Amino acid sequence: MEALLQQLLNGLTLGSIYGLVALGLTLVYGILHVPNFAHGALYMVGAYVAYYVAGELGASYWLAMIAAAVIVAGLAVACERLVFHPLRNAPPIHDKIAAIGLLLFFEAVVQMYWGADFRRLEAPSNTIFHFAGLTLPAQRMLIIVAAFSLMGGLHLYLKKTLAGSTIIAMAQNREGAFLVGINANRVAMMTFAISGALAAVASTLFAPINLVYPAMGHLVLLKAFVIIILGGMGSIPGAIVGGLIIGFAEALGGFYISGDYKDVIAFALLVAILSIKPTGLFSQGVR
Amino acid sequence: MSRLTHMFNHPATLVVLLGLAAVFPFVAANEYQVYVMALAFVWAIAVYGLNIITGYCGQLNLAHGGFFAIGAYAVAILTADHGWNFWPAFAVAGLAGAVFGLVVGAVSLRLKEHYFAIFTLCVGFIIYMLLDKWDALTHGPLGIISISPPDGFGFVDFTETRPFYYLVLFFLALAVFFTRRLSASLLGRTFRAIRISDDLAQSLGINLMRNKILAFVISTVYAALAGGLYAGVVRFIGPDLGNFMHTFDMIAYLLVGGIGTLMGPLLGTLLITWLTQAVQSLEEYRMIVFGPLLVLLVIFFPKGIAGSYQAWRARRASREMSADQRPSTGHDSGAGSTASTPGTTRAGPNSSSNATAAPAYAHTKTNESAGDSKGSGNA
Amino acid sequence: MLDIRNLTKQYGGLTAVDHVSTVFERGAINAIIGPNGAGKTTFFNLVAGAAAPTSGEIRFEGKNIAGMAPDAIARAGIARTFQTTMLFEESTVLDNLIVGHRLRTGSRLWDVLLHTPRHKRDEAACRDKAAEMLDFVGLSAIGNHMIADTSQEQRKRIAFALALATEPKLVLLDEPAGGVNPGETDGLVALIHKMVEHDITVCLIEHKMDMIMSIADRIVVLDHGAKIADGSPGEVRNDPAVIEAYLGAEHAQA
Repeated sequence: MEALLQQLLNGLTLGSIYGLVALGLTLVYGILHVPNFAHGALYMVGAYVAYYVAGELGASYWLAMIAAAVIVAGLAVACERLVFHPLRNAPPIHDKIAAIGLLLFFEAVVQMYWGADFRRLEAPSNTIFHFAGLTLPAQRMLIIVAAFSLMGGLHLYLKKTLAGSTIIAMAQNREGAFLVGINANRVAMMTFAISGALAAVASTLFAPINLVYPAMGHLVLLKAFVIIILGGMGSIPGAIVGGLIIGFAEALGGFYISGDYKDVIAFALLVAILSIKPTGLFSQGVR
Repeated sequence: MSRLTHMFNHPATLVVLLGLAAVFPFVAANEYQVYVMALAFVWAIAVYGLNIITGYCGQLNLAHGGFFAIGAYAVAILTADHGWNFWPAFAVAGLAGAVFGLVVGAVSLRLKEHYFAIFTLCVGFIIYMLLDKWDALTHGPLGIISISPPDGFGFVDFTETRPFYYLVLFFLALAVFFTRRLSASLLGRTFRAIRISDDLAQSLGINLMRNKILAFVISTVYAALAGGLYAGVVRFIGPDLGNFMHTFDMIAYLLVGGIGTLMGPLLGTLLITWLTQAVQSLEEYRMIVFGPLLVLLVIFFPKGIAGSYQAWRARRASREMSADQRPSTGHDSGAGSTASTPGTTRAGPNSSSNATAAPAYAHTKTNESAGDSKGSGNA
Repeated sequence: MLDIRNLTKQYGGLTAVDHVSTVFERGAINAIIGPNGAGKTTFFNLVAGAAAPTSGEIRFEGKNIAGMAPDAIARAGIARTFQTTMLFEESTVLDNLIVGHRLRTGSRLWDVLLHTPRHKRDEAACRDKAAEMLDFVGLSAIGNHMIADTSQEQRKRIAFALALATEPKLVLLDEPAGGVNPGETDGLVALIHKMVEHDITVCLIEHKMDMIMSIADRIVVLDHGAKIADGSPGEVRNDPAVIEAYLGAEHAQA
């Protein structure tokens, strides 16, 4: 029983991180209909920025997180302006290939500066709480709290502010959004900025328990894709629910079935789901 | 294929290229260069496969490197662990490519565009994970050593670089030959129709699933056979072969050379391989150049080398051909509406209606409203 | 030729086509009109198989084709064109048309790789058909032009030729005169008449009322997915329900 609770807690931690990454991915997909393969690289760059600011410059963890969020947001906007915007009317293969190009570039640059070694980002607190037989490291609690606060904040931003509602409007109906005079460029840049910042915060949160290395974005990206397919590409609640499903499946599967193959669980789920329903679980016919 | 593309893909061009490849080992500075070339040919064969599903059929397959690895591991496991000879193992590699291709294709090709790309990315990753974790079969991260080279014939010994080079060249020539036949055939046209649009292809009576699966399986067989050759020449493989960097490399080769063209896969693979060789220090960080290169290519130069050349030739030829049919350079479609004088003869290549000095399609229009109401042409 | 009974398509709670029944006679030009969002394109998609109906029957020459795959429907003898003309820009006009006859051929992978007599025969048949259809739509003179160099009106003709190369008995034309100027529209009208003379039944969606009124033998009017009128241009023109659906404006012009 305690083992189960412990695994559920781990699943919640994982699900929070996956949810944040998937949120950014799904927002970008909703606006531009581009599966941003470079999103995992943004996640990775975020961790390195935090590592640099906290580990090498000696600033605080929180400052490092802010720096990571700001810099990666800027990077994401640059990607949108320089790459995705010029390709918005190109054939469908092209933007995907360009995204892959970005991914390769970011990884190579990071690897050139820091090498392929694993690095550790110190957690702001190494306290471990014990409660009813459960082990609750402070960093995991932080992940859960921070992730859900961010999701809540994003929800408020999208629903309650004018800027946020333009994103929703454009995701739901691109042509309609143009007709009512929404500045598509601004919305796209804003979306990329949010998506980059979310990825950077997610990786800064996760790095203290999961190390920092150039390929750290691969698996997270693939799982984020599984999640948004699961939750319906472009759907915001879908990304959060999907993130939790994958997080729990992985924690429980890794514990009860096989630790070696826990990373395959997400993909096995994807294969199973897409075999039965090619448009995803909760898709609203967006395609 | 039209006459124009035929000129470009003229057999003579191919024969010259083949001749150059045949003498290469004799002009190469050292054996290492021959080895590099042989390896480049191996990758080129796999890129020809990628070109069929992605270039001709328009489906971005991100598991291509995985199928390459499957072929390589089939040869490695059968020869090193089970004592098979190379050739039967090589045949099994091709078969494995077909079987896995069929299974993966049957599931993934029901998915459209993005879903297909993401799904295959995941498939590629699953393949990589299995190679890395399934110790009992693949020896995990240790990889497999002492893979048998192809058995020689008589005094031909494929453990030496030059004979192996010619062996790979033979398979490359075969790959180009088959691709050429395919591309120029009704099947190639069918694939390209799917690339334009699923809906259009279906409206023309083309069975999407059957044709996409066929293209996919052909491409995975190419990849697996190339992988088998790779195992035979390198004779040591590890799970890293399944890393999706290799898929991305192949996409870069294809894009540089010219996606959807006959010579693109070869041109791109050779060019990048030798550029990378020229700047040895680049090897490890080649993605710093490749990454932005990919981006710049899709934005500014999406047709690649062969594609751009082909488009230029076709355009020039088309201009020459229409020059004598289009005396006026006027492109104003409005002119057409005034030119509908009934009674003129049907416009054809030998029509004399050029004399009216109307723009070309004004007169094709003319023949329409004039001659066509009488009904002619369709038997 | 085409007998449609109670055809219905629902998307979620929305009914795009609502119990439409009608009959398209062989050798006639049938038009489907209606305000934007009336369900015209959905109706086309149902007949062409691009979407499966929720309920109802589509009988083509006596056989129910409702829910069949679009490629099977194309082989059964229904061809269609699209609102936007999709063609292979990098190749010639003639080259684009060759694939149109592919569905009437049977060459497989081995025929292709081994260059069997069957493939040679099939290839020749497709080329001949392409040339013949190019001639039919009056574009023989530009067979060697690149698609990128053709005008909007020529692209429409090429799309017709491609559809006709499938040897259809019924063609569905989605806005055949969309984006084409009035003079050119006359030429396309003549071409549509020519199709009918060659025993091809035509069904079209069009917004240009004057063109519809002059060309159509029968007009089906849809509004909010339901059929509100069905008859000759004269009958439809004076139907109060139709006038109301169009708020009089467009009708007055026609």
